[in-house]
Amino acid sequence: MRGAPRTFTIFVGLYLVFLYAPVLLLPIFAFNDSAIIAFPLRGFTLDWFIGLASETTLIVSVQNSLLVAIVAAVLSTCLGVLASRASARFDYPGKKPIMSFLMLPLVLPEIIVGVSLLIVLVQLGVSLNVWTVILGHVLICMPFSIAILLSAFNNMDRNLEEASLDLGANRRETFFKIILPLVMPGIISSLLISFTISLDEFIIAFFLTGTDTTLPVYIWSQLRFPSKLPGVMALGFIMLILSLILLTAGEYFRKKSARLASTETTLNKDADHG
Amino acid sequence: MALWFNKESRSGLKLVSAPFGFSLLLLAVPLSLMVLLSFWTQDYLTLDRTLTLNNYREIGSHPVYALLMKRSVIISLMVTTITVALAFPMAYYISFYGGKRKALWLFLITIPFWTSYLLRIFMWKIILGYNGVLNSTLQGLSFIDEPLTFILYNSNAVVIALAHAWAPFAILPIFVALEKIDRSLLEAAHDLGDGPVRRFFRITLPLAAPGIIASALIIFIPTVGDYITPKMVGGTDGLMIANMIQVQFSKANNAPLGAALAVTSMVMVGLIALGFVFLNRRWLRRQA
Repeated sequence: MRGAPRTFTIFVGLYLVFLYAPVLLLPIFAFNDSAIIAFPLRGFTLDWFIGLASETTLIVSVQNSLLVAIVAAVLSTCLGVLASRASARFDYPGKKPIMSFLMLPLVLPEIIVGVSLLIVLVQLGVSLNVWTVILGHVLICMPFSIAILLSAFNNMDRNLEEASLDLGANRRETFFKIILPLVMPGIISSLLISFTISLDEFIIAFFLTGTDTTLPVYIWSQLRFPSKLPGVMALGFIMLILSLILLTAGEYFRKKSARLASTETTLNKDADHG
Repeated sequence: MALWFNKESRSGLKLVSAPFGFSLLLLAVPLSLMVLLSFWTQDYLTLDRTLTLNNYREIGSHPVYALLMKRSVIISLMVTTITVALAFPMAYYISFYGGKRKALWLFLITIPFWTSYLLRIFMWKIILGYNGVLNSTLQGLSFIDEPLTFILYNSNAVVIALAHAWAPFAILPIFVALEKIDRSLLEAAHDLGDGPVRRFFRITLPLAAPGIIASALIIFIPTVGDYITPKMVGGTDGLMIANMIQVQFSKANNAPLGAALAVTSMVMVGLIALGFVFLNRRWLRRQA
């Protein structure tokens, strides 16, 4: 392959600078020994990170966010498994409209989802708390879960399921011992994606959270106070590092599933030759 | 009921009923109620449940609403165009010159987006501000004497911040579309005498169109309703329709008007998106 033209490479370099500019400034100001977010830099400090540990509202909002993200990820993945299994394995009337309807939140601005849920909850007199946020988050995570799981279920070899049934396992055993392990990488990436979306979601949480703040709602409230900014930068840097660890773990599982799939096809090929 | 469907249909429906019921309850019912609410009116503290078109008349008669809608659509279209235009060469570079390191390149592209959305937008305030990183750098290098002021607290800032925030949503689908292009088609075009430019416009671009359209829709629809970015970097000249909707639901305490605004913008976005898909279909048919 020939190399790219010089101007093209320069463009790519500049674009990468644009993409990385905000995120590179995070650690610069997070470690900078000055309460003002501006150049020139003053010196190195860890005070902003240490200060975070004593912010009780931050700790509460992190706990809330983790609860919301974990429950939302599990629920959205469970519902996603049901919908994807139904559509990958069975033909039923109204399949297309039902599936498009489930994917609808993907093309709705989040403010619409947040506002419409708020209207219902207020009319019903439900008090707003983390659980109302979870409902909203499951709704917007589900299309992503379905998209991931649908491809996992579609890639699964139907013969394995039939073989299991032929060999005397019942439907329940077949589902838990054959199907579930085969789509497990899809389930894990659905959990990871939903968890990440929920953890970073602001608008719906802002509308539905009541007095329980989630992490983004906490960050939003802090951004108004200039004195809080260095701490927020430190927080953002920690989030970046944790996300990268999570992302690398996700990539590891994806690769593992790809390996599983390729051994499976080699096995099938061997079977064909035999 | 059971007699109507065969066993397969029943199994499928049984499985899909839970997610479908969930979405029905938490999406269809709320959206319908929102439409209904938009025909009611708020009378200070009480909700008047007689159906009227008053909210929509209000939206039609006050130019501020039309202005905000128009601005939201224009900003979104600009963001979509700029993001796609910048993302395409990037995706092209990864797909055609990435060699064996394509996965690494994609990883590299997504890293900046793995921290809080709020913070990523907020960082643009620090970069673009009067004493911001960009101005102090440019002044330090003596490119400018006075700080640039046209880049913060207006719609330009909103466009820049959104074009950054949505970049991966354009790069990834376009990359996927470019990867799918059969490279032998390009060789054939070359062998048959097409120059690089002609080949690009006759082969590469039309075949990448599905990825471009997908990314344009993925970016356009949510950015019209973006609340955070205009609020943070838009100043007063950069406020968008979502900010007005939020005000109606909180400070202004006029939920029915807010609902009417939400319905109007939803219909508008839907129509533009449909028009987009329709134009694309016609264009593809003409190509074929």
